[in-house]
Amino acid sequence: MRELPWPAKVYFVALVGTAGLLLARGTLMPPALTGVDWSTLLVLALLFLLCESVPTLLNVPQVAVSVSYSAALAAVVLVGPEGAALVGLTAVFSVRPGLPLVKRLFNGGQYAICGYAAGWAYERAGGTLGLPHVSDFPGILVPYAAATAAFVAINFVLTAIMLNLAAVVGRDQVSLRSVAQFLASYVGYAIFGLLIAALWSTVESISTVLVLLPLFVARWALGHYHAEQRSYDATIAALCQAVETKDYYTRGHCTRVSAASSMIGEEIGMGTERLRAIRYAGMLHDVGKLGVPTKVLQKEGRLTEEEYAAIQLHPMRGLEIVRGIDFLDEAYAGIMHHHERHDGKGYPMGLAGPEIPEFARIIAVADAFDSMTSDRSYRKAKTIEFAVAELQKNAGTQFDPLMVSAFVKALGRDGWHPPETVPVPPGDLPVETTMKDHDDPTAPIQVVSER
Amino acid sequence: MRERRLAAVRPSQGLDSGQLLLICAAGMLTVAAISHTAAVGLEAPRVAVGFGALIAAGELARLTMPGNREVAPVSTAAALGYALLLDVGGAEARHSALQVVAVMAVGMIAGGLPHVAVGRPPRLDAMARRLLAGSLLAFAYRPFAHSLFESARDRPGEHGDWWLALGVMAVLVTVMLTADVVIAAMLRAEQVRTAFGVALRDEIRMGAPLGAAVAASGMLLALASHSMDMTALPAFAAPLLVTQVAFRKYAGIRATYLQTVRALSRVTEVGGYVEPGHSRRVSQLSLAIGRELGMSEPQLLELEYAALMHDIGQLSLRDPIPGGATVLADPAQARRIAELGAEVIRKTGVLHAVAEIVRRQCDTVAEGPPAASRIIKAANAYDDLISGSTDRDRAAAALERLRLAGGTEYDPAVVEAMARVVDRLVLVTRL
Repeated sequence: MRELPWPAKVYFVALVGTAGLLLARGTLMPPALTGVDWSTLLVLALLFLLCESVPTLLNVPQVAVSVSYSAALAAVVLVGPEGAALVGLTAVFSVRPGLPLVKRLFNGGQYAICGYAAGWAYERAGGTLGLPHVSDFPGILVPYAAATAAFVAINFVLTAIMLNLAAVVGRDQVSLRSVAQFLASYVGYAIFGLLIAALWSTVESISTVLVLLPLFVARWALGHYHAEQRSYDATIAALCQAVETKDYYTRGHCTRVSAASSMIGEEIGMGTERLRAIRYAGMLHDVGKLGVPTKVLQKEGRLTEEEYAAIQLHPMRGLEIVRGIDFLDEAYAGIMHHHERHDGKGYPMGLAGPEIPEFARIIAVADAFDSMTSDRSYRKAKTIEFAVAELQKNAGTQFDPLMVSAFVKALGRDGWHPPETVPVPPGDLPVETTMKDHDDPTAPIQVVSER
Repeated sequence: MRERRLAAVRPSQGLDSGQLLLICAAGMLTVAAISHTAAVGLEAPRVAVGFGALIAAGELARLTMPGNREVAPVSTAAALGYALLLDVGGAEARHSALQVVAVMAVGMIAGGLPHVAVGRPPRLDAMARRLLAGSLLAFAYRPFAHSLFESARDRPGEHGDWWLALGVMAVLVTVMLTADVVIAAMLRAEQVRTAFGVALRDEIRMGAPLGAAVAASGMLLALASHSMDMTALPAFAAPLLVTQVAFRKYAGIRATYLQTVRALSRVTEVGGYVEPGHSRRVSQLSLAIGRELGMSEPQLLELEYAALMHDIGQLSLRDPIPGGATVLADPAQARRIAELGAEVIRKTGVLHAVAEIVRRQCDTVAEGPPAASRIIKAANAYDDLISGSTDRDRAAAALERLRLAGGTEYDPAVVEAMARVVDRLVLVTRL
């Protein structure tokens, strides 16, 4: 409480006060809460508490949506506004160790207000209280939808104001897309409340078990999904780093290229799925490099055409390796063509301009940028300004100008953490260093003409 | 992916006798049910069409769970709901068990057709299992439907008593799910050549959560049809849809994970550290041995990861060992490769057990390494000795060499299991 800014404090007090007033009015003034079935209310309150105690993580990582509000909506239908407000109030007692009292009070207060408002909206839209009868369907959907809309909207506004006042989440941190997803899943959950209310006439409280069991199983599966996803990311990063250990200076290259690629992807407005793919494509773009014999990379001076051909083969080798990974799909092309040039002088196919797949054009920029801003055995890391100037100089010949400008914009916004200076390898330890970096546009590989 | 590997272990890709039997039974039942329904006419066509459509939609949205298990939760739950149906908005549901089967079959075929149209052939055995499980429930439950309806129906002035109906539903659905799991385990035991007990435990582990969700939804649907009329169908789809989405994501990441480790295990080959196909062959052989020794699925997954990545430590070496055959390299170096490989895997921060298996892959029997390490050690040595050849004499010679070192270097039980696996393999490739 103490660390909250004063507008947030005022807001908090006002909110809790309003909730208290509403509840007092609802419970003390006749005729409210006279004909209420207390056992129904108790079961719903317990249900709400249970759901509130295990918030379900949904698609949006920052926001935990709990299915608890379906219990509040069921209360709207079965008991009415005062009952729904009481059910919402139980959020104060949710079993979540470490949740400070302030947050509990806030949650309880805002859910109580939401419940009351939803009940009001339900009655206004022509809904009747009590056990729904078969003949009420599907007409009941209209008042129920009104109740849902009121609940979700007020819940959203109340929480958003608090988050903004308390400056927990910046305005641009929550993208429009995730807000939309969040609202969609919220509305989806509303249906559970209706199911609970509708089944109350047959098997009463068991209906909640039947409705919630699939949800808890879903939650279990989602939990496993998130765990596997994290594990997968860690594994793919570790394996890619293992591939890089061959060259002392390129460590961390794949993760940085992955980060830079996804910055560009975000800037040009890629969707979630494609962003995911470009992240992995950036990570995997150089796995084929192992196919290049070490002695070629370590050779000083010019390469023969044959040796250069070995280097040019690595995107194909990379493709060969990752071909078995189904979901990469579009990323295959990115890995295979990441050394094509805008003017058509690249390898392996010599594609030019728009013929080059989008992923490849992105990775090419990210790849060259990271190469320039890290140390190499034959030179120190260049500054970011220098690297950007170099990218812009080569835009239109080596790089796609669109991707370069997108990257420059993203750099201006998010900044970039170049790798730390690599200490010169101690002489007594056997480390691998290369004299060639095929990604470095400032030091193109020299090839001896064999004619 | 799993299919491809199985095919490599047992090239005869035809159906097992058990699967064939199942498909025939389902086919005959379908024909009987449809012709019977056609003869006596469809009872309550509106309800039948509604449920049939939901079954078809569920079939369309089927998904493949880890271990190449095809499931269609929405379809199964809708079928359960239709089988369990007592009344729709107060009007008694009088359809027979055969009509349930007919509606299920038509719905499943309709939902499967778009898959066929885009070139994904149906998994007949999985469909047959779903159909038979639903039919089993229908035949057990429909005869009681009328008396249950009488006890549960609303009388003027009071709501009906649903507890008896709910109890019967719960018991029969549990029995049905148990039967389904047992059938699945029998098929799987035959398919991947593992012990029935192990297969049963695997099936329960994989199937229990989804089975519980499907069972609850099926009963929910039957009850909701009473109080919500046909509005129940779309409303009911919501809880299961959430479940379906969650499981699809989970299955997707599991498949991707395996594919990625399989793909990246090949970097050692591309780098010239090991012979082409070495990692894949070692992992296939290890898996077959693991199954032969009765390992469960989670153990097999760890074994597979470890076997695929057992040579990853070589990436940290300055130059490839000539020929890459670690069995012939000097033991100190082999141990270092194992340590380095474990180091790489430990960096993931999650695959600790796999890292441990890789680290101890060179241990002698006396050092007491995990079973998976012993399997990989033997499989690796075997593959180095025969290096991809399918020659019978060479295989026998390699086995003999492993047997000679049995008890000290190699675990005799593992070597014997390998002998049985290899025998099957050679036999099949010879045919």
